Amino acid sequence: MSTPSSIVIRCENLHRHLGQGEGRVHVLRGVSFEAKRGEICAIVGPSGCGKSTLLYQLGLLDQPDDGRIWIDGEVMSNTSDDLRTSARSRHIGFVFQFHFLMLEFTALDNVMMPMRKLGRLTPAAMEARARALLESVGLGNKTHRLGTQLSGGEQQRVAVARALANEPSLILADEPTGNLDAANSTLVFDLLARLAKENNQAVVLVTHNPEIARRCDVVRAMKDGLFI
Amino acid sequence: MSPNLRIALRFLTARKRSMAMSLAGIVFGVGFFIVTQAQTSGFEEFFIKTILGTNGAIRVQDKIQSTLFTMEGEAADGRGAFAIETDGNRKYIDGVEDPARVTEAIRKFNNVSGVSIVVQGLVTFSTNLRTSEARAYGINLDDHLAVSDLGSQIIRGSLADYRETPNGSLVGSVLAQHQNLRVGDSYLLEVGGQARRYRVSAIYETGVSDIDRVRIYLHLSEARSLLHKPIGASFLQVNVFDRDRAPEDAARIEEVVRHSAAPWQRREKTWLAVFSALRFSSAITVSTIILISGLGMFNTLAMLVIEKTKDIAILRSMGYTRRDIAQIFLWQGVLVLIGGVALGWLFGALATYGVSKVPIRIRGIFSTDSFVVAWSWSHYLVAAILASVVVLAASWIPARRAARLEPGDVVRGTAQ
Repeated sequence: MSTPSSIVIRCENLHRHLGQGEGRVHVLRGVSFEAKRGEICAIVGPSGCGKSTLLYQLGLLDQPDDGRIWIDGEVMSNTSDDLRTSARSRHIGFVFQFHFLMLEFTALDNVMMPMRKLGRLTPAAMEARARALLESVGLGNKTHRLGTQLSGGEQQRVAVARALANEPSLILADEPTGNLDAANSTLVFDLLARLAKENNQAVVLVTHNPEIARRCDVVRAMKDGLFI
Repeated sequence: MSPNLRIALRFLTARKRSMAMSLAGIVFGVGFFIVTQAQTSGFEEFFIKTILGTNGAIRVQDKIQSTLFTMEGEAADGRGAFAIETDGNRKYIDGVEDPARVTEAIRKFNNVSGVSIVVQGLVTFSTNLRTSEARAYGINLDDHLAVSDLGSQIIRGSLADYRETPNGSLVGSVLAQHQNLRVGDSYLLEVGGQARRYRVSAIYETGVSDIDRVRIYLHLSEARSLLHKPIGASFLQVNVFDRDRAPEDAARIEEVVRHSAAPWQRREKTWLAVFSALRFSSAITVSTIILISGLGMFNTLAMLVIEKTKDIAILRSMGYTRRDIAQIFLWQGVLVLIGGVALGWLFGALATYGVSKVPIRIRGIFSTDSFVVAWSWSHYLVAAILASVVVLAASWIPARRAARLEPGDVVRGTAQ
């Protein structure tokens, strides 16, 4: 049984409509969900069922039309943009399907970017941590490569390192292996899972890959905006 | 370095070509603004210096006739009597009746640096070559040197010769050339059938052809005798320490000495308006360069926002606020602005120096053999302010658009 302190994120009765007029779609139809520390949770389901929309709601990148979200016990839905932005900086790390590295920056700079914003560490400590994270994802020798000089798999590993930079309690991954070959998919998932477990972080990932889903602690299936 | 500035710098250097074009626009805009302002104000300043050095800051002439009268009246019912006092229309009596007293009164003004009594009149100027009309100015040399640049306007001959020669004269360069006169030559001045011979002690050039063509300076006593004006003065030429205060001083002088007093700003109103219009029009013309570079900057940043929507979303997901995003784009504008203004100042200063060396012969309202430029920090400041307004306005709109992007829409691929 989970204790309240082990629950990193919780949402209740989330509703979200997308589009306008006749094209308006009720994407989330009252979704409730929670994720615990050290737990890797996969959200699976057919395209358009609302998986990614739910993930962005949980990541405070989008506002629900109705319902509530708590992160580490604090209500985060329908709060100010600055408060949600600050919460993202402190509590959440993101990994997206298309890497979303800032390509003009080196791998090291990409990993240091969230730390620079949070400002908890000194510049030297930030750099040391970024190097250690890149080392842990196997890119210790490519810290000064620009995003454009890395392969797809390497970029996604940098994205994983970046998601872990501020030691968030929650990592949200939107099809992190969706754009990678089988070998790189396994590598990236293993890294994510290992590092999250080591740091007792919750991971919520959206995936279409049954192999990846099978290796997660919890699998939640969605259909038509609801968990089945 | 702040994270926002670091990101802005990297975005900027990643788009070298388009940013360099925006930068070049600002550099040229600021530079050309400075150089055109330096030229127009240079010529204006030189014109003012010429007219002050020739005709002084204030000219006091023509006594104001008192037209104050009192009219006694009676009410309609015939009971109460009353009086109307009016100053009526102002009337003038030619010349200054008692120049010594008026001079004494004017010298008491704090801003007045010198007063020169001038007696002038039309004369017929004759040499063996030809006869022409001229205007004789009787002056006390030392007094006049204090209210004009006559000393530095001598191009041939010497003031010492003039000072020592009772019938010596100072002849304008155009008149001297017209009459083929050289220093030491003599000529006749005739008034009312009486002719006198004078010697050319020196030839002066003010650069104002209307003056150099007709004006002859004589000793005051000689002019009084020639022009049959044994007393009084045609006008008083006044110089001041602070030329900008001349209108206020002229008004006060007029009030105190009851003579018309015209400051240089009023006397040369037409030319000053021409210079002002030229300066304004050149400023507008050159500002279009800055404006166009601002549009280029806007275009570059607007494109950058579109290009960087995913970067903006990822920054927002990492905890960068809307303000941070706006700052990142504003910083880019500011960095281009700082570089553009600094290089524009340098370019403007070098171009101004270069232009000042370009030979050009101008005679008419002043005399110069090269472009005249004015070095003023205000040109640099105005150029910088103008560039700042344009560039910041051009950066603000894309920055605001970037800040308004919803990260959820971007990652979902539905951002507008």
